[in-house]
Amino acid sequence: MEDNLTILALESSCDDTAAAVVRQAKGGPAQILSSVVFDQTKLHATFGGVVPEIAARAHAEKLDVCAKEALIKANVSLFDLDAVAVTAGPGLIGGVLSGVMCARGIAAGADLPLIGVNHLAGHALTPRLTNNVRYPYLMLLVSGGHCQFLIAHSSSDFTRLGGTIDDAPGEAFDKTARLLGLTQPGGPAVQQEAQAGDPTRFAFPRPMLNKPGCDMSFSGLKTALRRARDEIIAQKSGLTRQDRADLCASFQAAVTDVLSEKCRRAIEIYMTEAPSEPLIAVAGGVAANTSIRAGLERTAHENNCAFLAPPLSLCTDNAAMIAYCALEQYRNGDRGKGELVARPRWPLDRHSPAMLGSGRKGAKA
Amino acid sequence: MEQFSHHAALASPGATDTFATCLGARLFPGDVILLEGPIGAGKTHFARALIQSILTVPEDVPSPTFTLVQTYDTTRGEVWHTDLYRLLHPDDIEELGLPEAMTDAICLIEWPDRLGSLRPDGALSLDFATTEAEDARTLTLTWQHDKWNERLMGCLP
Repeated sequence: MEDNLTILALESSCDDTAAAVVRQAKGGPAQILSSVVFDQTKLHATFGGVVPEIAARAHAEKLDVCAKEALIKANVSLFDLDAVAVTAGPGLIGGVLSGVMCARGIAAGADLPLIGVNHLAGHALTPRLTNNVRYPYLMLLVSGGHCQFLIAHSSSDFTRLGGTIDDAPGEAFDKTARLLGLTQPGGPAVQQEAQAGDPTRFAFPRPMLNKPGCDMSFSGLKTALRRARDEIIAQKSGLTRQDRADLCASFQAAVTDVLSEKCRRAIEIYMTEAPSEPLIAVAGGVAANTSIRAGLERTAHENNCAFLAPPLSLCTDNAAMIAYCALEQYRNGDRGKGELVARPRWPLDRHSPAMLGSGRKGAKA
Repeated sequence: MEQFSHHAALASPGATDTFATCLGARLFPGDVILLEGPIGAGKTHFARALIQSILTVPEDVPSPTFTLVQTYDTTRGEVWHTDLYRLLHPDDIEELGLPEAMTDAICLIEWPDRLGSLRPDGALSLDFATTEAEDARTLTLTWQHDKWNERLMGCLP
């Protein structure tokens, strides 16, 4: 096994195109030599929303530029690499395919192994990239498209304890912002507005708190918010700033309560594995919400569990996490010998039953 | 072409599920269902129930708001579940491959107003609306193509 590993990774499964180089000496901490993200959000902020990069061609045009920039910034050449890694799913298939094709070209040209990485595994391993935490740890992935509790046992072994059966919290924040005429992305806008609001004015539902387990539902919350909004508008033909702030604060409080309580239950299950250094890590854009973060942190500490939220730049989509995940896979013997297939859906835990679906059964998806 | 329409009350999410399951079993590739109505009206709930009822292998049916498209293998053929809300340009719809999918697959399309001139004449439109009662919805179905007369017979809520 090589002592010093250096991996270039490409990521194009979502809106952004990214490339990164990560190096790790055996037993040492991982070093992010470079991490380049072509962010669409800033470019299109004037349009009032994130314009999704749906065109495979657009990803393809940026991927090689991204890869080159990542190599230059890391000050390494293709000859210094031990492998090339790429997100092979889940995600929008056009984007994933562009990444796979580009990575395959680089790997073939440089005669390097090509390692396919699950985008969600990348997020789930971020606490090891940033803080070298020990397995098994508890992970809450919470973003625009995801919400699940996982126990991470290794780079390829995850147990899903539960998650949303409908919308992810990030989506609920975005839709709340839409309903209240706030800007997108909704997370920061709603949080900002909630600061001046009364979180107790509206008693929004805390769905599924009365049900055992770690599954959650956020879809009903937006309906409740809409009804509350419409009632106020019917009463006084409009919303005051205070009404809007109170709606935001009450909504945020409901999400915080649900996540905190389900987090407590997830910790309870996780603790039965008697981890040597109990820790819960939160990754995903929603972890940036201060109310939610404080709620989760409190819950962790009340249950004798350390709390970790990696920096936001590594919680949103990036290629450093993909490179790191590939590093672990490489150390576990993955040399990219199997056929690399781009997969639109790829659940991390194939053993636990599917949960998304009107609450009846129980991937990016 | 003659325009057909039907107005229905859906007393509960379960009533939506029943209708979705009945209709799902009768769909063929090339069928397009446009899901209209405001946020929280039940568009995704309907799509999820329909897809779940015909999936070849049970799996998650997440909201397509972020990914734009989710595709599924079902007993009725390939299903595309899309949410066009985030799209701003008709060009994006072409890039997404939706025009081809509307001929080759079963398409469930949320926020179809984004389709503009690409809106297919042969589609079934389902317009969901909220009501005074928290769990109840109303549904207005409209269609022009007479294939839907058969598809909907005995399924209409």
